[in-house]
Amino acid sequence: MINKMLVDLRDWVDVRFPMTETWNYHLAKYYAPKNFNAWYYFGSLALLVFVLQIFTGIFLTMNYKPDAGVAFSSVEYIMRDVEWGWLIRYMHSTGASFFFITVYLHMFRGLMYGSYKKPRELLWVIGMFIYLALMAESFMGYLLPWGQMSYWGAQVILSLFTAIPWIGDALTLWVRGDYVIADATLNRFFAFHVILVPFILAALVFVHLVALHHVGSNNPDGIEIKKNKDPATHIPLDGIPFHPYYTVKDIVGIGVFLIIFCAVIFFLPEFGGWFLEADNFIPADSMKTPEHIVPLWYFTPFYAMLRAVPDKLGGVIVMFAAIIVLFILPWLDRSKVKSIRYKGTLSKVALVIFSISFICLGYLGTQAPTPVLTAFSQLFTVLYFLFFGLMPWYTSIEETKPEPTRVNFSH
Amino acid sequence: MSTEGINTSRRRFLIAATSAVGGAGVVFTAIPFVASMQPSAKAQAAGAPVEVDISKLEPGQMLTVEWRGQPVWVVRRTPDNLADLKKVPVDHLRDANSEIVSQQPPYAKNETRAIKPEYLVMVGICTHLGCSPTYSKLGDQDLGADWKGGFFCPCHGSRFDMAGRVYTGVPAPTNMVIPPHKYLSDTRVLVGVDPEGAKV
Repeated sequence: MINKMLVDLRDWVDVRFPMTETWNYHLAKYYAPKNFNAWYYFGSLALLVFVLQIFTGIFLTMNYKPDAGVAFSSVEYIMRDVEWGWLIRYMHSTGASFFFITVYLHMFRGLMYGSYKKPRELLWVIGMFIYLALMAESFMGYLLPWGQMSYWGAQVILSLFTAIPWIGDALTLWVRGDYVIADATLNRFFAFHVILVPFILAALVFVHLVALHHVGSNNPDGIEIKKNKDPATHIPLDGIPFHPYYTVKDIVGIGVFLIIFCAVIFFLPEFGGWFLEADNFIPADSMKTPEHIVPLWYFTPFYAMLRAVPDKLGGVIVMFAAIIVLFILPWLDRSKVKSIRYKGTLSKVALVIFSISFICLGYLGTQAPTPVLTAFSQLFTVLYFLFFGLMPWYTSIEETKPEPTRVNFSH
Repeated sequence: MSTEGINTSRRRFLIAATSAVGGAGVVFTAIPFVASMQPSAKAQAAGAPVEVDISKLEPGQMLTVEWRGQPVWVVRRTPDNLADLKKVPVDHLRDANSEIVSQQPPYAKNETRAIKPEYLVMVGICTHLGCSPTYSKLGDQDLGADWKGGFFCPCHGSRFDMAGRVYTGVPAPTNMVIPPHKYLSDTRVLVGVDPEGAKV
């Protein structure tokens, strides 16, 4: 009886809205390759963190005050006086770092298995826009506690725009809304952080998923499962329905992720200064720069590149080029195969050198600039760009292994 | 559907005209929103001049005041400091003669970048990315053979001499800014106002 009513209700909705159709298209009849490994957790984990950030963010806005006079103390009020405020705040601040951890691993997965190659170029480019929006989101969010590092970090990053010839100073003034980082800046960053950028992020994530489900997921073998379909059912022979198979698999990943995430929130929320910097527990002081200012860890690879160039405009150009070059990656890789499993030695060596360079730059960006460390930054910056610059060459000359026709899969 | 009798050129013209008028409307509508992000009238008015009492400043000391939300330094230079300014190799400075007009008013375009050689009045913000450098006397820190004391930016390692002139080989592109200022008496400086009769 109740069952009949529910079926009727479903049918009533389906006539008016493509509910079952959407469910099937994106979940129950979306066929994903059956050989996904652990690297394929990070997309859904990034989505989970995004939802957590929105959720905790809403609760933080209930007590946070975007006013230069009281912003710092309102954050401390959340930490000390609001019931469970410390948990919500630490979930949000730790979530920011975990967002980047999952996104960086997700991007590295794409690099390894050639997930950016045809027909997924646009999927990769949309993902890069998500990455850009995420950087803007975290940068503006970091100003809100109005600590010393908030203030001087924003001062340095906004001053990057002054390097733009002719319009730089006027543009910076317009973005800042005052002659220095001030209340107006804090207020507009708050507006961008809680409304504009999350909205853009949500839209981009939606478009990212639409593009993914249109072309289909790549897999560790980098072969197209749509090339081998069952003649009768037209279902890829190596595909399994996303729901229930991968929804269940992702729940395992979420379980492991939450154990680690909670351990950090409860025991190491500042993560030794990596997730929340000590200087940010001092209220912003426009008269005094902290001895050693460093952005948060997820920006330090690019910050190291900025400092590696002893020229203001040059440094800014190199830093932005490091991000822009990722956008054109799909057109730099000339390899016949997608996955690192079938690429040649040169590609493997290049990917290892690239990864080491990125991690070392990330470390160097946190250190005070001594001549020796700056020289290392310059070396790794060059290696970073060589990975992309030489890619058309080494991917086209190297010998690749033959791709299998069906995915490698063992029970 | 029949396409006969459709005047395609008129249709194209109407599409273009509608787009142009609509686009112009969007641009005009955007103006208030873009302009609202400019510094407000209140922010513009906050740039009032600041009076500084320098009577208690000993040779070698620096004091900091706030002007337009920025730190402004007054440094009382010793005779040694002034002599050292001439010892910094000219080719180690990007703009030894203060040729870039935006960085100081004309009355401070001189060897010491000051109205009175003894007192340096300067905006304490690095011209690279806006950190506030630290005052580092000769001997405080080893910053190279050509270092004669001055200001060192801890953020990105830019070096400035005791007149705020930038060294070469550092990321800062220009000398530090000398703000408009005038002496009300021997011991009082007004920051933010040019001296009467001075060419500006």
